[in-house]
Amino acid sequence: MSTRREFLKTGGALVIGFGLSENILGQSSAQPPTPRGSVPGPPDARQIDTWLAIHSDNTTTLYIGYAELGQGNSTALTQIAAEELDLDLSQIKLVGLDTNVTPNQGGTYSSASIARGGPQVRTAAAEARFALLKMAASRFGVPQENLSVVKGVVTSGSGAASRSVTYGELIGGKLFNLPFANSAPVKATADYKIVGKPAVRRDMTEKISGNYTYIQYVRVPGMLHGRVVRPRGQGAYGTVAKVLSVDESSIAGIGGARVIRNGDFIGVVAETEWDAVRAAQQLKVTWDIKPSLPTSEDLYARMRGAQTQDSFVRQSNTLDAAFKSAAHVASQICHGPYQSHAPFGPNCAIADVKPDSALVMSSTQDIYNLRTGLARILKLNANQVRVQYVEGSGTYGHSCHDDAAQAAVILSQSAGRPVRLQFMRWDEHGWDNYGPAHVGEARVGADANGRIVAYEYHGWQHSWCTTETSDQLAFGTAAAERPGVGAQGINPLTLGSMYDVPNYQLVNHKLPGLEYLKGAWLRSPLDLSLSFASEQAVDQLAYLMKIDPWEFRQRNIKDPRWLGVLNATAQAANWKPRPAAANLSTAKIVTGRGIGVGTHLASYGGAVAEIEVNRETGRVVAKHLYGAIDAGLVVNPGIVEAQITGQLIQTASRMFKEEVTFNTTNVTSLDWNSYPILRFEEAPEVTPIVVQRLNERSSGAGEEVMAAAAAAIANAFFDATRVRMQRFPFTPARVLAALK
Amino acid sequence: MAELKVRVNEQERIIRSAPDTPLLYVLLDELELKGARFGCGLGQCGSCSVLVNGVEARSCLTKVADVGGKSVTTLEGLPAWYAVQKKLPKAPDLHPLQQALLDEQALQCGYCYNGMIVKGSELLAKNSQPTDAQVRTAMNGHLCRCGTYPRILKAIQRAAAAMKGVTK
Repeated sequence: MSTRREFLKTGGALVIGFGLSENILGQSSAQPPTPRGSVPGPPDARQIDTWLAIHSDNTTTLYIGYAELGQGNSTALTQIAAEELDLDLSQIKLVGLDTNVTPNQGGTYSSASIARGGPQVRTAAAEARFALLKMAASRFGVPQENLSVVKGVVTSGSGAASRSVTYGELIGGKLFNLPFANSAPVKATADYKIVGKPAVRRDMTEKISGNYTYIQYVRVPGMLHGRVVRPRGQGAYGTVAKVLSVDESSIAGIGGARVIRNGDFIGVVAETEWDAVRAAQQLKVTWDIKPSLPTSEDLYARMRGAQTQDSFVRQSNTLDAAFKSAAHVASQICHGPYQSHAPFGPNCAIADVKPDSALVMSSTQDIYNLRTGLARILKLNANQVRVQYVEGSGTYGHSCHDDAAQAAVILSQSAGRPVRLQFMRWDEHGWDNYGPAHVGEARVGADANGRIVAYEYHGWQHSWCTTETSDQLAFGTAAAERPGVGAQGINPLTLGSMYDVPNYQLVNHKLPGLEYLKGAWLRSPLDLSLSFASEQAVDQLAYLMKIDPWEFRQRNIKDPRWLGVLNATAQAANWKPRPAAANLSTAKIVTGRGIGVGTHLASYGGAVAEIEVNRETGRVVAKHLYGAIDAGLVVNPGIVEAQITGQLIQTASRMFKEEVTFNTTNVTSLDWNSYPILRFEEAPEVTPIVVQRLNERSSGAGEEVMAAAAAAIANAFFDATRVRMQRFPFTPARVLAALK
Repeated sequence: MAELKVRVNEQERIIRSAPDTPLLYVLLDELELKGARFGCGLGQCGSCSVLVNGVEARSCLTKVADVGGKSVTTLEGLPAWYAVQKKLPKAPDLHPLQQALLDEQALQCGYCYNGMIVKGSELLAKNSQPTDAQVRTAMNGHLCRCGTYPRILKAIQRAAAAMKGVTK
């Protein structure tokens, strides 16, 4: 496998800066340095050379700006390029993201890799093919239309008279030096041979065999091991912990370790990793920590009673009248907790800061944005900073990757040597940018025929916090927030808009974020909470009218794509119509099934849950989850099935287990015991369903079935018990209290 | 002080790290192996698992001095370890469980798969045809953040089936 080697080879400047030796590279740098990588990016997105290079051996290197986070996007984007270029997948190599090498396609979030990145890669590949055919046509003296391409071999004519030339022979090793012609044809969907079909993930063999270089493994010569020293668990975002004193003698016994302090940022560096770990644990720091938070139990009352910035996301002047005329009205509350990204391997970064340059390796979702932020901290220009992406463990949003990169540069700058900064488990769990808590109140009314006539939703949450912790501690940078729009607030796509509702209103209540935990995007931001309230209210209407919940939704949905995912899941689950809670039992273990629809900012999701509730212990387990996604043209259905599987399991984990706990001063869920996630013994069977729409635009599949699955689980609980839960996760104590 | 010797993947290694160093850091930093991975340092997650004399252990909580004279098998050494158990003439490229995980296209980020493969291999060595419940019980101490449990369960059964015909 050449991906990693290629990555490091390409980064000529990196090799010099870090002095990477043979054992890191896996091989010595055999190729002469090329211009690529020697100047700060981003390269011009309208130049073919930015996106790909054709080599003499008729292979191609593809330069993409989206990070492989373990979701398989690098495989799918390669499929798109191979399709347009008429190459075999094995002929394409990838390089790692690098601000000196790869284009800026924006951050790898919002399920954007295929939705936004796919068309960019498709265009670039089509432009390259167009240019290559022009060269071949000129060489053979025939019109382009007379040429065909198979696996990068261009052929003119047929039989004995045919002539062939490879891409490699046409341009191998040379640059195109061509801007996009803007007239390159793209393939018709009907002609696809590679896109729309499963292909194996290109990164799996190395990961399975133990040869893959996760960032946690990267070692560079001369580096120190670094750790941060912070209070165990953060307080309120706007209340920065202050250092009262640091007792450096407390680590005097650890020979190689020393303290680095910058404002209230404290770290340790040492020659060996174990010394760094021990020093970080032993160092005595006295912190001035003031109560700044509600507790996790008082949280929802505080949120609901807060002074908020209110705005209509959708407004209806006829809402009150519509509710008055409704035959049935159902209401539902959601108290949704803070939840943590908790990547399985805590974040890590490597930095080598010099007086006039910096090289940083990070698992960031956005290398160019990180470069800007690091340059500000280092008081350098952005083009003096080079950021390279190295995959860590699955991040599922904005975990501590940028914070770790900042900490690494702060330590390296002070130490005057490369530093590998590794967060410990409690750093990652305690200083995460949590998925924000939410209070939701849904109210839905239907007429006597079971048609939804009025829908109202009020949501309370704070926005995403943009100042990283290291930046706050070291430089006193003010805690800043995003404006609170879009996915930072309540989201119409998950809230009832799939139904045909004449009177529809959404009100967003934005909380003052400085008084709460630091928050940012966690996979399917807010959606689990939103659909928990919204889809339970809809479900309750069906129950009140003694209508089967699948039938009730069919009656109220017109959009064929929403109906498509709804029906696909119900059929996969062999759903037999009956009203909810019609099969109640007094047995110790009762079963229930539920259905739901929802998504994030695009695509369509439907889910069915089959669960068991132990009425004596309060334990709830999902037995089988079904999930369907319609994401338009699905480039690799196998990968999307894997994404659906992961989303269903994560949703079960978030509905049954996951909750950030805190007291008035700090977060207290700091490891896998205090922040439990779903385990093997509780893992349901899953049925992932890809609703393939070859002629619809690709729209993202990394997070769009979680809302539906959360709703299906909540509705299944009602079906089993005739009790509507108002808060998740469904811990045994909470379930027992609800069933009383 | 006597030299600290540990057999790692069937090779005797003389350890220079301090004897109280967790085995994990010795594997990563001194022996430059990439199989075992840092996950929690608390023995809670299983990403650092190795086999010590054939028994799964959390290398983050195991002092290297405690494995002196013992045999440590990491992810990298599992195919050879399997070949010894099954008296195969040579080690396969992958342990059958690794192959089964590939066949199932099971992993997402793959970070936890060191532990999954080490623990699953230990299980299959002890119980070549485990029931679903036995697999879940054996694997319950290993966490996967990406939610790939269903495919791991399938892969372990697939590996068990593949190992059925292999002589011992």
